[in-house]
Amino acid sequence: MAENNRAVIKLREKFASLILDAKEFRGQVTVTVPRENIVEICTFLRDSLQYNLLTDVLAVDYLGKQEPRFMAVYNLYSIPKKDRFFVRAAVPEADCTIDTVSGLWKSAIFLEREVYDLMGLVFNNHPDLRRILMTDDWVGHPLRKDYPVQGPDREPYQGRVS
Amino acid sequence: MGVDQPLGDNIITASLDGLVNWARKSSIWPMTFGLACCAIEMMATGASHNDLDRFGIIFRASPRQSDCIIIAGTVTKKMLPVIQTVYEQMPEPKWVVAMGACACSGGVFDTYSVVQGIDTALPVDVYIPGCPPRPEALLYGLLKLQDKIMKEKNSFGSTIGLGDRIVSAA
Repeated sequence: MAENNRAVIKLREKFASLILDAKEFRGQVTVTVPRENIVEICTFLRDSLQYNLLTDVLAVDYLGKQEPRFMAVYNLYSIPKKDRFFVRAAVPEADCTIDTVSGLWKSAIFLEREVYDLMGLVFNNHPDLRRILMTDDWVGHPLRKDYPVQGPDREPYQGRVS
Repeated sequence: MGVDQPLGDNIITASLDGLVNWARKSSIWPMTFGLACCAIEMMATGASHNDLDRFGIIFRASPRQSDCIIIAGTVTKKMLPVIQTVYEQMPEPKWVVAMGACACSGGVFDTYSVVQGIDTALPVDVYIPGCPPRPEALLYGLLKLQDKIMKEKNSFGSTIGLGDRIVSAA
């Protein structure tokens, strides 16, 4: 269970009010935290709980399903302890920003650029927040649920009537 | 008696078009430029089993010395300026082969990031369907390109100031 996880126990001790949710699914433990405290909690996870590898940063778009619209997810791994841990923070559409964790893990520089490019989350204090996959002059963020899959300037292919 | 041969036995007379077109079609050097899985089939076509070399088709790793570009694969919007630059660097005469469904029409990638057919950007001479086309299909397409080159009229003469190029309908 999630409450037996070594990181959840320590986080509950230190940040009791900031752990909004902790759950386990098929052996993967995820905690939800406020986005204002993401750097503080990640610093504790890295320095005190040995989560020294940031495997991935991703964002989920819950358009029309729940509020706030976006969820930033951090996939952490502890090489010495050999366990994985997920931290996530909700980001509202109106203020689509969250602090960068690139000061803690260098890998976040590229990972956060990808999230910015495709989902449009802006990472405060990021050293080099540019698009990474799309062209520099691209308008919009293609992986958002309200972005048309065939692009904004073209009708979707409906099959040929002949 | 018989046919008079004032030039002797060592000279063949031919039309300029026939000679130039024969030389051009027998030495198509395609730009080495692969984009996706079609490039694997293109490499297979160039390798020993199918052997493009026997048609004088030799991959050339420089656009400055290429006659032909085989668009082998999915063209993304990010890659399109690169392809256009390579195409513009190739000297005349030059031909474009669209290999596979993606290069012809965008294929299954009806998405924001994919060019819906390279013919929106370059003048395509031969379309080869397939996903990806087999080496035999690519060979057939290149033989069709050779046929097309043989039908050109005065394309060499027009470049050296001998009248205009004759373009026949279809």
